[in-house]
Amino acid sequence: MVFILSKSKKILAIASGGGHWVQLLRLRPAFEGSQVTYVTTIDGYQSALGDAKCFVIKDASRWDKLGLLIMLFQIFFILIQIRPDVLITTGAAPGVFALRLGKLFRAKTLWLDSIANAEDISLSGKIAGPHADLWLTQWQELEKEEGPFYKGRVL
Amino acid sequence: MIFVTVGTQLTFDRLINTIDQWAATSSDEVIAQIGPSDLKPKNMLWQQFLSPTEFSEYIEKARVIIAHAGMGSILTAMQFKKPIIILPRREKFGEHRNDHQFATAKQFINVEGIHVAMDDGELVSLLQSIQSLTVCSGVSPYASPELLTAITCFIEES
Repeated sequence: MVFILSKSKKILAIASGGGHWVQLLRLRPAFEGSQVTYVTTIDGYQSALGDAKCFVIKDASRWDKLGLLIMLFQIFFILIQIRPDVLITTGAAPGVFALRLGKLFRAKTLWLDSIANAEDISLSGKIAGPHADLWLTQWQELEKEEGPFYKGRVL
Repeated sequence: MIFVTVGTQLTFDRLINTIDQWAATSSDEVIAQIGPSDLKPKNMLWQQFLSPTEFSEYIEKARVIIAHAGMGSILTAMQFKKPIIILPRREKFGEHRNDHQFATAKQFINVEGIHVAMDDGELVSLLQSIQSLTVCSGVSPYASPELLTAITCFIEES
């Protein structure tokens, strides 16, 4: 008898603190069996994650260019360390950088647009989504042929 | 105890001022997380920021939550089974860079346990019936099976 054991996948799960993070955590059953590393912008979430590693990076919006640069480097160094097979993000700005950089590391990338964006895709979703291997919206009305696709919601 | 939160990013002084005024006559203790605001509320205990642990403690102790229409606040209230009053930030008041909270609020109008105030007037009305707000009967701690399946397949196929 031959058993083929597939190596468990390395997932990098990244989201800004607040609503994006709450939604990311609701995806955890899908991560079972994989090695997950989390990345977020608020210190103090780690206690909810059990043994999983969690990096805290700088939070920055598009008006804080220096902050964004710091965030970019922090994400780059995390990717060098972790080298994930899969990168999953619910946004916002950290997800944009991670998704684009993740491609350099040959990760398969998934962008899940926030359930808060009921009438239009988020700005960061419009930037990052087209580059994701799977671009999802949580509102069926926003589904398009070329993406984003609707596959359900966090709620 | 009534717990008020404006989220982790921006101020929402319109909400804080309305609640502060009402809190003068409230029989409940009111505690507010006000964000990076210069306001100094007079009728409630307040802090600009809370750690995730402090935030969870206040949510657990609260009888009712009052918040901006942010998904973090809404999902947290549902997960902890607390009635929540939400007031959306409006772009026209400079409270956010777009009106997605207004869109979010519209989607939650008929959801059990989520009490939507579209403006200050509706907020004041809801505050007057704060003793009898319905609560969400419970929500799974996780995403819909459809979404979890799609993501599981995505991970497995990579």
